[in-house]
Amino acid sequence: MPHLDARHLLCPMPVIRVSERVRALAPGEVLTVACTDRGALYDIPVWCRLEGHEVLESRVEPTGEVSIVIRVRP
Amino acid sequence: MVMDSGTRPQVQRKAVVLLSGGLDSLLAARMMLDQGIHVEGLNFFTGFCVEGHTHAVRKDRQRRAVRNSALHAAEQLGIRLHIIDVIDAYKDVVLNPRHGYGAHLNPCIDCKAFMVGKAREWMEAHGFDFIVTGEVLGQRPKSQRRDTFPIIARESGAFDRLLRPLSARLLAPTLPEREGWVDRERLLNLSGRNRKPQIGMAQAGGLAYAQPAGGCCFLTDPNYARKLRDLWSTRGERRYDFDDIMLLKIGRHIRPRPHFKLIIGREEGENHFLEGYRHRFVHLFAADANGPLALVQGEAHGEDLTLAAALTARFCQQRNAGSVRMTIVRPGGFAEQRIVTPWPVDQLPREWYL
Ligand code: SF4
Repeated sequence: MPHLDARHLLCPMPVIRVSERVRALAPGEVLTVACTDRGALYDIPVWCRLEGHEVLESRVEPTGEVSIVIRVRP
Repeated sequence: MVMDSGTRPQVQRKAVVLLSGGLDSLLAARMMLDQGIHVEGLNFFTGFCVEGHTHAVRKDRQRRAVRNSALHAAEQLGIRLHIIDVIDAYKDVVLNPRHGYGAHLNPCIDCKAFMVGKAREWMEAHGFDFIVTGEVLGQRPKSQRRDTFPIIARESGAFDRLLRPLSARLLAPTLPEREGWVDRERLLNLSGRNRKPQIGMAQAGGLAYAQPAGGCCFLTDPNYARKLRDLWSTRGERRYDFDDIMLLKIGRHIRPRPHFKLIIGREEGENHFLEGYRHRFVHLFAADANGPLALVQGEAHGEDLTLAAALTARFCQQRNAGSVRMTIVRPGGFAEQRIVTPWPVDQLPREWYL
C-alpha cells in the first residue's frame, strides 16, 4: 500500500506532500500518511473533503505520531 | 454552463484567488462566488509564512486549534485550495529584490509580483480566466499603493486579468469588468488601513478568519530578519536552504563565538522539533536532568564544545548546581560526556543573543 512519510514536516508541508503524492495515484488507491505535526489531523481531512478524497481512518498512535488513511476519489 | 434570463447559455467564468487565510482575500473570494464565478484558491508556501509552523511547534500556542488558515478559509467558502511549494523559486525574490526591502527583509513588491506571476502561470495552465487578490489600496505602505499596483500587474504578466474586488471601483476597470464577467457596480471602493468595513462584512456573512498579529510572513519580523542577516554574514554569502529558515523560527539563538551558534529549545514542542535535526548537527543535552536540546550550528571543537555545554546547562533544571553532566553527540552518533559549570546568568552578554 502506498505510504507517505511526512514526519518532522510542519504545516502546510504535510498537505503539500499529500497533494503531490495523491496526484500520482490512480482513482480508488489508498494512501497511508504518517505525520508528527498534530495540525495534520485537521488539515489533511479538510483538504481531502474539498478535493473529494475519502479519509478512511485518522488516529494518533501511542508514540504521538498521526496516521491518516486516504482513499483517492474515484 | 449557466443560463441567463433569455436561456442563452453563458460560459461560467473561472477565477483563481490568492487565498492567504486572512480576511481580505476571504472576502474577495466570497464576492466572486456571489457573482456566480467559479473560484479556486491558491496558496504559496515560501518557507517564511507565519502560518502553522510556530503554532504547531510551541506548546503554549496550542490552546487554539492548530489549523492552516488558508485551508480554513477555503473550507468556509467551499472551494478547492491548491497549496503550492515555491520555496526554491522564492529564494531569488528574497535574495535579489528589484524593488528592495520594506522595513526589514520583506521584499513586498517583488513578492506580490512573484505570487501573482505564479498565479498567472497556474491560470494559463488550468484554463482559468482571471486572478483575484484581496489587496486594498493604501493598506500597506509599500506594496499596496496606487503606483505599485500597476507594477505588480505588469511584472507578473497578469496585466488587466488581475482584479482586486475590494478596491476595484477606485481603479481602472479590468478585463473581467469590461467584459461583463463581473459586475463592477457590485465591487467595492475600499482604501486605507481601516479594516472596520471588512470586519463588518465578515460578521454579516458569518465568516471566521485568521488575524495575523505581525503580518503574513517572518520577513517582516525584526528579530527574524536579524537572525537571517547573521546567518548570511557569518556564512560569508547570502544564501539559505529550507532547514536554515525553519530553524530561525525555533528556539533561542545564542552566538558566543563568530564561528558557531547554539539553537536551544525553549520548551517541549521545540525540543521535539529540534530532535528532527539531530542527525545533521552536533547536539547537546543534560545527561541527568530535564532540560533543552541544543543544536550547534557552525564549527565547534574542543573548548568551544565545553562553552556550548555550559551555556546549554544554564537552561536545564540543574542550572543552579555547581556542576552538570552534559552529553554531546556528533552527527555520526559518537557521544561523549563533559562535566561543566552552568554558565552564570549575569555573565551571558546581551550581544550573544541573536
Ligand atoms: S509581508 Fe511577506 S508574504 Fe506579505 S507581501 Fe511582504 S514579503 Fe510577501
